[in-house]
Amino acid sequence: MSAIHDTQASLLEIAAPRLRFMAETLREVARRPSALIGGAMIAMVLIVSLSFPLFYSVDPLEQDLMARFTPPVWQDGGSWHYPLGTDNLGRDVLVRLLYGSRVSLLVGFSAVLVAELAGILLGLFSGYYGGKLDSLIMRVADIFMAYPFMLLTISVIAVLGSSIFNLILVLGLSDWVTYARTIRGSVLSLKKKEFVEASRAIGTPHRVIIFRHILPNVFSPMLVLGTLRVANIIIWESGLSFLGMGVPPPMPTWGRMLAEGRLYITDAWWLVTLPGLAIMVTILSINLLGDGLRDALDPRLRNV
Amino acid sequence: MAELLEVYNMVKHFPVRRGLMRSRREYVHAVDGISFSVDSEQTMGLVGESGCGKSTAGRAILRLIRPTSGEVRFKGENLLTMDAGQERQMRRQMQMIFQDPFGSLNPRLTVERIVEEPLLTHREGNGRERRERVADILRIVGLLPEHMKRFPHEFSGGQRQRIMIARALVLQPELIICDEPVSALDVSVQAQIINLMVRLQREFRFSYIIISHDLSVIRYVSHKVAVMYLGQIVEMAPAATLYATPRHPYTLALLSAVPMPDPRYKRQRIILSGDVPSPINPPAGCRFHPRCPRRMDVCEQTAPIMREVGRQHVVACHLYTDGPEWRPVPPGKPIKAAGRSGASAAGI
Repeated sequence: MSAIHDTQASLLEIAAPRLRFMAETLREVARRPSALIGGAMIAMVLIVSLSFPLFYSVDPLEQDLMARFTPPVWQDGGSWHYPLGTDNLGRDVLVRLLYGSRVSLLVGFSAVLVAELAGILLGLFSGYYGGKLDSLIMRVADIFMAYPFMLLTISVIAVLGSSIFNLILVLGLSDWVTYARTIRGSVLSLKKKEFVEASRAIGTPHRVIIFRHILPNVFSPMLVLGTLRVANIIIWESGLSFLGMGVPPPMPTWGRMLAEGRLYITDAWWLVTLPGLAIMVTILSINLLGDGLRDALDPRLRNV
Repeated sequence: MAELLEVYNMVKHFPVRRGLMRSRREYVHAVDGISFSVDSEQTMGLVGESGCGKSTAGRAILRLIRPTSGEVRFKGENLLTMDAGQERQMRRQMQMIFQDPFGSLNPRLTVERIVEEPLLTHREGNGRERRERVADILRIVGLLPEHMKRFPHEFSGGQRQRIMIARALVLQPELIICDEPVSALDVSVQAQIINLMVRLQREFRFSYIIISHDLSVIRYVSHKVAVMYLGQIVEMAPAATLYATPRHPYTLALLSAVPMPDPRYKRQRIILSGDVPSPINPPAGCRFHPRCPRRMDVCEQTAPIMREVGRQHVVACHLYTDGPEWRPVPPGKPIKAAGRSGASAAGI
């Protein structure tokens, strides 16, 4: 009882300086131009993808077969009725892009979150405790790595059925190995550091050491890796949607638009270029923000 | 003067696998049967070349690594058979200062959080009380309370070591083990830190075990000094005695290498040939014999026993055959135990 109470009390006391640290981190991020641009861009993408129905409420599934392959407005034959043109079924590309952003961002971020959570925890314990636990976790990781990702996904989706939630789960679970292995390596070198030994010498329990001394020191590579993986996940989601195992059709996603549009690349360049651009801009801004966050999170790189 | 810490016949072997397919299991004899005691409010110096096991000894006392055998008693309690609750209590009273002031402070924590950690771990006081104690202790070690909000990389090596000292001191322990506390620092800063350490000891009345390869540092701070070679103690004496009348050839060689600030001072330098032998296969007989300038036939055959050659002055060397044999008293037993195995005869 009292142990639980004490844990809560000390958690609260740990939280206060953490908040201060977060405020300082935000200030640091704001001082880095690239991070600021990345942050602003990703914020814009988020705001637009959440609020576009207020300004541009068009049904993404509505087909206008008379207006198939309408080019974007700035090209000959384009019109303001379809600002970014239409696809092979005469559906509005702009609104499909906007809807697609929701799916891509949701799947990208959630899957990375699932993978990070699983990977960080398993990697931390594996690296810190070592021995049998380490062997067990790493052998499971080997199995995951040896198993072709597509095969895994196909079998899981075949069993569970295709839905956004299952997609997030599958993508997250097939990606945890990357995090676990990366973090395990850093933990192995960190746990030999004198400050960890120093903490052990004063009697700090292992679980507290893991979260107070180890995790903060491995967190920033995880953050950067996470931003890189968001990009990968978005692309995987595209691939899976293309194979019919991602988000169930006809819901528009950037991946599916890319896949469907590639058939018409010689006649209607905008069908592939625009979703490709959307993916690129999103990923670029996430990466810029991630790099900036890494620098800002490390007290040693501050004021540099 | 009560004995605060007694180390009795402590052995630490690290297993290593060698040979084809790593089939042979051998042992690094890092510490091979050392015994000594530390009195309260006194300083014990452990000197020796790198690799002689002095750091291993320090870590084994604190149970950062588990000794293979032997006993460590702190105020009469055996540290090696303690349960978790007793160990917690013990850890309040023993602290450690490390060599590398850059590696021993977590770069992501502020000074306040670093110094506060022992208080947090042992659930002392509430947030405000802890902050006050941290501020107090920082002032005592010569830092400012303003430094609390800074990160370790903003400090110089000397300041970092002060932070480390503050952290070790904040629970008011009875024993602080310092592993090469100043060897990573500039000489001028070394003096400041050493003086600080001596001043704090007088003020707060605790004991030190100072592990160092630097004989002048050890001489300045220690009351008692033990010289280690290849995992064993070869000579142990009160500091003044050891520096005035060193007996063991190894001690003599070490002392002759200490630079003297007097240019007119002439002395004979004893240059040891060869390297320290591998602690995996320590030489038979006296472990020092392959490098000893006064080697005799007997040295290659039998390990020397410890003899008391002066008041509290013990040496393990075949050159000295006069004094009575010295055997460590097993802790907890006031009378000398008879008939112990002579396997680790060089233990003090």
